[in-house]
Amino acid sequence: MALAETANFMTIDGVPLKKRLAQAERSRKLKAVGLVAPLFLFVVLTFLYPLAVMALKSVTNEETSGRLTRTGAALAGWDGQGIPDETGFAALAEDLKAAQQKREAGEIAKRINSEFSGAMSKFKGITRKVEAMETGPYKELFLSTDKVWSDPALWRVIKSVSSRYTPYYWLAALDLKQGQAGIERVPADQAVFIDVYTRTFWIAGVVTLFTLLLGFPVAHLLATQPARRANMLMILVMLPFWTSLLVRTTAWFVLLRTEGPLNDLAELLVDHRFEMIFTRFGTIVAMTHIQLPFTLLPIYSVMKTIPPSHVRAARSLGAGPFMAFWRVYFPQTVPGIAAGCLLTFILCLGYYITPALVGGPRDQMVSYYVAYYMNNIINFGQAAALGGVLLIITMVLYWLYNRLVGIDKMKLG
Amino acid sequence: MSTGGSAFVNFIDVQKTYDGETLVVKNLNLAIQRGEFLTLLGPSGSGKTTTLMMLAGFEVPTHGRIELDGQAINNLAPHKRDIGMVFQNYALFPHMTVEENLAFPLSVRKLAKAEIEQKIDRALAMVQLSQMRKRRPAQLSGGQQQRVALARALVFDPKLVLMDEPLGALDKQLREHMQIEIKHIHQNLGVTVVYVTHDQGEALTMSDRVAVFSDGEIQQLASPADLYERPQNSFVAQFIGENNRLTGVVTELGNGHCSVRVGDVGEIRALPVKIGTSGQKTTLSLRPERVRINPAIGACANVFDARVEELIYMGDHTRARVHVLGSSNFIVKVPNSEGMPDLAPGSAIRIGWRPEDCRALDAF
Ligand SMILES: Nc1ncnc2c1ncn2[C@@H]1O[C@H](COP(=O)(O)OP(=O)(O)OP(=O)(O)O)[C@@H](O)[C@H]1O
Ligand SMILES: [Mg+2]
Repeated sequence: MALAETANFMTIDGVPLKKRLAQAERSRKLKAVGLVAPLFLFVVLTFLYPLAVMALKSVTNEETSGRLTRTGAALAGWDGQGIPDETGFAALAEDLKAAQQKREAGEIAKRINSEFSGAMSKFKGITRKVEAMETGPYKELFLSTDKVWSDPALWRVIKSVSSRYTPYYWLAALDLKQGQAGIERVPADQAVFIDVYTRTFWIAGVVTLFTLLLGFPVAHLLATQPARRANMLMILVMLPFWTSLLVRTTAWFVLLRTEGPLNDLAELLVDHRFEMIFTRFGTIVAMTHIQLPFTLLPIYSVMKTIPPSHVRAARSLGAGPFMAFWRVYFPQTVPGIAAGCLLTFILCLGYYITPALVGGPRDQMVSYYVAYYMNNIINFGQAAALGGVLLIITMVLYWLYNRLVGIDKMKLG
Repeated sequence: MSTGGSAFVNFIDVQKTYDGETLVVKNLNLAIQRGEFLTLLGPSGSGKTTTLMMLAGFEVPTHGRIELDGQAINNLAPHKRDIGMVFQNYALFPHMTVEENLAFPLSVRKLAKAEIEQKIDRALAMVQLSQMRKRRPAQLSGGQQQRVALARALVFDPKLVLMDEPLGALDKQLREHMQIEIKHIHQNLGVTVVYVTHDQGEALTMSDRVAVFSDGEIQQLASPADLYERPQNSFVAQFIGENNRLTGVVTELGNGHCSVRVGDVGEIRALPVKIGTSGQKTTLSLRPERVRINPAIGACANVFDARVEELIYMGDHTRARVHVLGSSNFIVKVPNSEGMPDLAPGSAIRIGWRPEDCRALDAF
């Protein structure tokens, strides 16, 4: 009996079944891994790795860490009240001298200036002076050069930037800063980013709504036309898809200009030229146009799967045309609406070129500021923190959306 | 045929074309009685669904008039017709539970909650699905979905129920079971049913009357027995049941019988149903079970020499393919009862039939 049972678990040539199965499984797994590996590596190299690097940059004192080590050590014991003693001044002087030799003192000054405005010129001045001195005492020199050196706030900034990691960029991205008593809001005249985020989400929301309002009827038309005509119309819808984003945005730029053809027409009709370029209106019109297919296509592909007999059934059961649409047709399109709108909304959050070209200064979205910090200011930390906050808010929204609509209910086609 | 008057549903001279070139329904006149179970039977593309859709209000007749309960409904919107409909793919609403599907026609009629509940209970009990009321259509088997569709079409007590091949997607056994169930429901409720199928067995077992469609025309409208026993033309004879066909020329006509010459082999006595005058072509139709093997002398007016070509054992009967009158596609059904003649392929036999079982119809 026992023999017969064990025999059951052997293959004919006597290898235990489990082992055979494991072998078969292993080669299958290897194959699967082999197929996925190239894309996986690509994603790691082009997406995950840069993401990690930028995330690290957003919390690192790149310009100052390693250049203010002496100062950092000397100020370790300082309680932030009053001004430090001679050792603190001496350490800063030595660090500045060392940095100046490597032509890096400007970096330090720039970083401190971002938190303490006006510090740039003071640092330049003092660096020149301490360079000329062999030894201390330095405290006298600092204090006599400028009274800013007796400001404890400046020293607190110096102490904080001498450490390796900083919450500064993330706080700044949320219009917050580290004050004496903990985290506080920045003065109203410096607060910009909350505004930028609100604007970004507002524009994305409005554009999503417009694409939905414009796209839904068209999707319905496409889904119910005979195949030949539907294909023709589909090409018209897809046409903008096949032209580059930059070209389309430039076209809008030309169309919306005050001397542009739209305004020529307006002048002809109502004898007035409207301000359309460099406005919120222009931004939303251009973005809606570009995003329309993204909202429309998932809705269309879901509508294609709804048999016409459903509406007919509803009609035969006594529902009028509107009731049949609202209670039977529309609910079945919700997965497509959910997918299309989410796609458009998230893509809109990252818009850069279009608002930059056709929007005014008050219409710039988060990406513009990311680019601004990357290219103009060369402050990777701030750029990374801005992007990071956008990413986190988007993920929170996505999570909320999932709770409300259900991602599993979403259909891209 | 448009006597109309007392009929519940009346098609009067109805024509329909989709493209303006071909008539999908040609001059349809059809009167359906209250409480009747009428089936539209016909090959694919013969215009059955089109006829049903015109009745339901989803297609507009190109010409003619449709009356429901004495009222012309040509211009009445579908939702005002009070017609229940079962679609071939059931058309259950996937985002609603069984219960909500059934409540739909009631809630759009603004019935009170208690009344809705009560009607749903009754309808679900009728199709034996009371346990499934909270399920979604996707969680039901095909047969269960079919029953829900049936219950939904009946729950609001419509004047008329239309069914377009409602059992087409079910397997044979379930289909037969549902045929009986639908028939019982029809008998219990006394509702008028217009049923579409291209399965003749289904049409014969369920209907009070069957309208055989071909090419947009009714070929014959009759009870199942009449249709089978007394087909009026060779299309119906061929379409309903099994049929032996012999073509020939009428040589003599009169006295309720006719003589037909088949090739130059023999002269057959037949019942004239749809033939012209003597000298014209005709198709003779003869059911396989009406043919007798080695009949007693004098029992049949038509007796011919034949040769057995092939025997197929079917359990309760044996099908014999015989060569007779120059045709080798002549089928004879031999019941497997006592005293059944001993047949073997190649053996020579005599077969015969009565003139009244052999119907002379239009030339095909
Ligand atoms: N919407 C339409 N537009 C154009 N032609 C149509 C349309 N619906 C049906 N037809 C044509 O009308 C004819 C009859 O179609 P119908 O659907 O009534 O046939 P049917 O008898 O129901 O066939 P089946 O048994 O295959 O369902 C067919 O030739 C079909 O091609
Ligand atoms: Mg049909």
